Amino acid sequence: MLHETVIEQFTIIVGKENVKYDNASLLAYSYDSTAQYQALPDAVIAPRNTEEVSQIVEICNEQKIPIVPRGSGTNLCAGTTPLEGGVVLLFKNMNEILEIDEDNLTMTVQPGVYTKTIFEAASQIGLFYPPDPGSMHISQIGGNISENSGGLRGLKYGVTNDYVLGLEVVLPNGEIIRTGGKLAKDVAGYNLTELFTGSEGTLGIITEAILKLIPKPETTKTMLALYHDLEEAAKTVSAIIANRIIPVTLEFLDQPTVKVVEDFAQIGLPTEAKAILLIEQDGAPEVVERDIDKISALCRENGAFDVTVAKTVEEAQALMTARRAALSALSRLMPTTILEDATVPRSEIANMVNAINEIAEKYNVNICTFGHAGDGNLHPTCLTDARNKEEIARVEKAFEEIFKKAVELGGTITGEHGVGAMKLPYLHLKVGEAGIEVMRNIKQAIDPNYIMNPGKMFARNKDEVVNE
Amino acid sequence: MKQQEKERIQQAFKEKVDYNELMNCTRCGFCLPSCPTYIETGKNEVHSPRGRIALMKGLVDGVIEPSDEVKRSIDMCLGCRACEPVCPSGVQFGRLLEQARDAIYQTNNQSVTMRLTRNLAFKKLFPNHHHMITMTGLVGFYQRSGLQKVAKKTGMIRVVPKNLRAMENVLPQVPKRKDMKRRPTHLQSFIKQKKRVAFFSGCLMDTVFMTTNDATMRLLQYAGCEIVIPKTQGCCGALHGHSGEQEQSKEMAKKNIAAFEDENIDYIITNAGGCGAFLHDYDHLLKDDPEWKERANKFAGKIKDISSVLVELEFHKIDLQLDDQIVTYQDSCHLKNGQNTFMEPRQLIEAVSGVDYVEMTDASRCCGSAGIYNIVESEMSMQILDYKMEQAKKTKAKTIVTSNPGCLLQMKLGIEREGLGEKIEAIHLVDFLLEAYENANK
Repeated sequence: MLHETVIEQFTIIVGKENVKYDNASLLAYSYDSTAQYQALPDAVIAPRNTEEVSQIVEICNEQKIPIVPRGSGTNLCAGTTPLEGGVVLLFKNMNEILEIDEDNLTMTVQPGVYTKTIFEAASQIGLFYPPDPGSMHISQIGGNISENSGGLRGLKYGVTNDYVLGLEVVLPNGEIIRTGGKLAKDVAGYNLTELFTGSEGTLGIITEAILKLIPKPETTKTMLALYHDLEEAAKTVSAIIANRIIPVTLEFLDQPTVKVVEDFAQIGLPTEAKAILLIEQDGAPEVVERDIDKISALCRENGAFDVTVAKTVEEAQALMTARRAALSALSRLMPTTILEDATVPRSEIANMVNAINEIAEKYNVNICTFGHAGDGNLHPTCLTDARNKEEIARVEKAFEEIFKKAVELGGTITGEHGVGAMKLPYLHLKVGEAGIEVMRNIKQAIDPNYIMNPGKMFARNKDEVVNE
Repeated sequence: MKQQEKERIQQAFKEKVDYNELMNCTRCGFCLPSCPTYIETGKNEVHSPRGRIALMKGLVDGVIEPSDEVKRSIDMCLGCRACEPVCPSGVQFGRLLEQARDAIYQTNNQSVTMRLTRNLAFKKLFPNHHHMITMTGLVGFYQRSGLQKVAKKTGMIRVVPKNLRAMENVLPQVPKRKDMKRRPTHLQSFIKQKKRVAFFSGCLMDTVFMTTNDATMRLLQYAGCEIVIPKTQGCCGALHGHSGEQEQSKEMAKKNIAAFEDENIDYIITNAGGCGAFLHDYDHLLKDDPEWKERANKFAGKIKDISSVLVELEFHKIDLQLDDQIVTYQDSCHLKNGQNTFMEPRQLIEAVSGVDYVEMTDASRCCGSAGIYNIVESEMSMQILDYKMEQAKKTKAKTIVTSNPGCLLQMKLGIEREGLGEKIEAIHLVDFLLEAYENANK
């Protein structure tokens, strides 16, 4: 519970309509998209500008009140669940595109702008903002930057981080700094832009961002390849890359996923296929044509029993439906869907998928795998029921083993969802205790009172026991 | 809210709300941009589908207590179900909402006037066709006798709340009492018969909007249908179901199922999206009643909107003609989200020569009518309507077509509020089509 005088101070700063602390509001901001995490905040505040953010942060710092910056709450790592209460900060009043600079190919935005709005605004003038996380039609750019979100186009175009040129950040002491700029080159000091990007709201609050835009590709082509054998699909992925082709998307669905998708969408996918690759290439028409021909040949050479290239936009969309329907189809089967994002070097895809299947069998849990094969970012998805505590315990064990395996193969525990509270117990697997200590020292230097999104990424103290 | 009442509501949530359905929400947030109240409240999660489900679950789990704010969230929902088609997990939000309202309103300590009004409307007026006729007859008397003019001239009308007053302005000229009592029960096809259908005439549609019902039946006759209109049918019960009067709506469902059961028919035709969606859901409403479950299934399977059957019978391929004009279409939420019917009305409108069809931005977003929402939640309703009229004006349409009586009245109200009565007309799809047909086939 916040003291009345604190609420009063907040109200003076942002106005009555932008401070909520009734029980309905507290509950409505007690969760994000992550299953099984919920905690009530003490207040929900929607500042109208950077100055107001700074004033709120100053009060919180003084009173040691936790702050959780939150976009649309679509993250999958419990990154915006207010585990230690405090203030949930919303950006619904800071949702403008401030500038599109066609000379420098940049867009300056406030944190509350929807990702899709950015994509569309760029597209309208022949430019392209590539990062496309699954929730892009509702996710806010502030959240994308804080989580360094990925998407389907990661293989060719990279992730959010690759498009953030500069930031305005409110530090935990209330100070406002600007990092980077509309610059292709900038080596003045530590790269703070990259430090704050992906910091999951644990270091400061992003209040403005300069994004990089690139010219829009002229055309896109889509194709689908079906395999009787998982290894063959994996070999194809390697072969495509080895032939110096970087497709824009190279998506993979395993047999359990294909079956579920077909059950749900009835689009005529052959369920005898052990694996499906969905491939997209974009660029100049002649290049796209050449690449798709080459990829088709490589698919066949490596054992695809069926290769279909979409002839029209509608056909392409129909093919993409299979991939887009994956999560929907899976989440209809069971009440609880736990979607992970263990990631390995792409050469290890087949090993990783096999390992996931073995682990699922070992713990007797139902895991379907699909994901971005091109960049090694897999989505093993567990279908379960949060009410079945015994099964949930097995699911957790299975995931821990999946994370360990990913790291063993040279991969990581999370490719694009972030650590948050969910993967906090596993961070050491990837970065080691010494690595965590470096992060802890950075955190300590910037946020000594530990007010920024506490309980996320790593434990506050080295000796704190984390339930593994 | 008193402690006792809180406890009662919390208990009712535990008993009445389907926990499995609550669990199906994965909180992905994909529903947020589809929700009119989320948008109009400036992205307030409390007034979003994900937030409402979380509140319901919070009550059942005991994470929070019932409060005025929680009740506000449930009240503020339009029940448009726009969140359903976009939900990856297929959560049946409309059903959860009905259960939540049932939990609140069956236990809520309402004021005496509110209870009396609800009783009168839900238990006496709508379920009883004679009372509907009497009531509509009184409106007719008011309109025809000159009382309406007197009320307006003397300012007497001002004693009526503002939103009801605006409503009063856009009510159509209601039919005469004796006409409402003399309704057909069986009609032959005008051409070679292709289908035998039953017509669900509804309560409001068969009184206030009787001419639209007549137009519907004529269209069916032109399209090749023999029509039976069972006399024992009644109100569909949607208003009850949506307002937390589930038990009452079940009784009404049974009455209708029985009324249509004996007829040897291909379809049961409706011309009101709101009724159609509710009738379509009778199987779910009665799923726990072993005696009625199967019968409800059969009934629900036969429900078809007029636009859908007309397209099936290729009505859009015959001559339809109107004066040159721009036309736009406002989706009925429950026709689209509840019955997946949205292409057919557009197909029919576009088939009329002379029509330049212009799609309105966010045509499928609720107009704010939502049953009795525009009366009980008038402020939000008017905010939503203002947005709708902005979009409608941009199309430069002369005619706005709708397919549900509530939407029709709301669009008329919007036109009236904008002072565009001379320039824009709102019309039900069937009236529009009948005019186009009779104009082309004089």
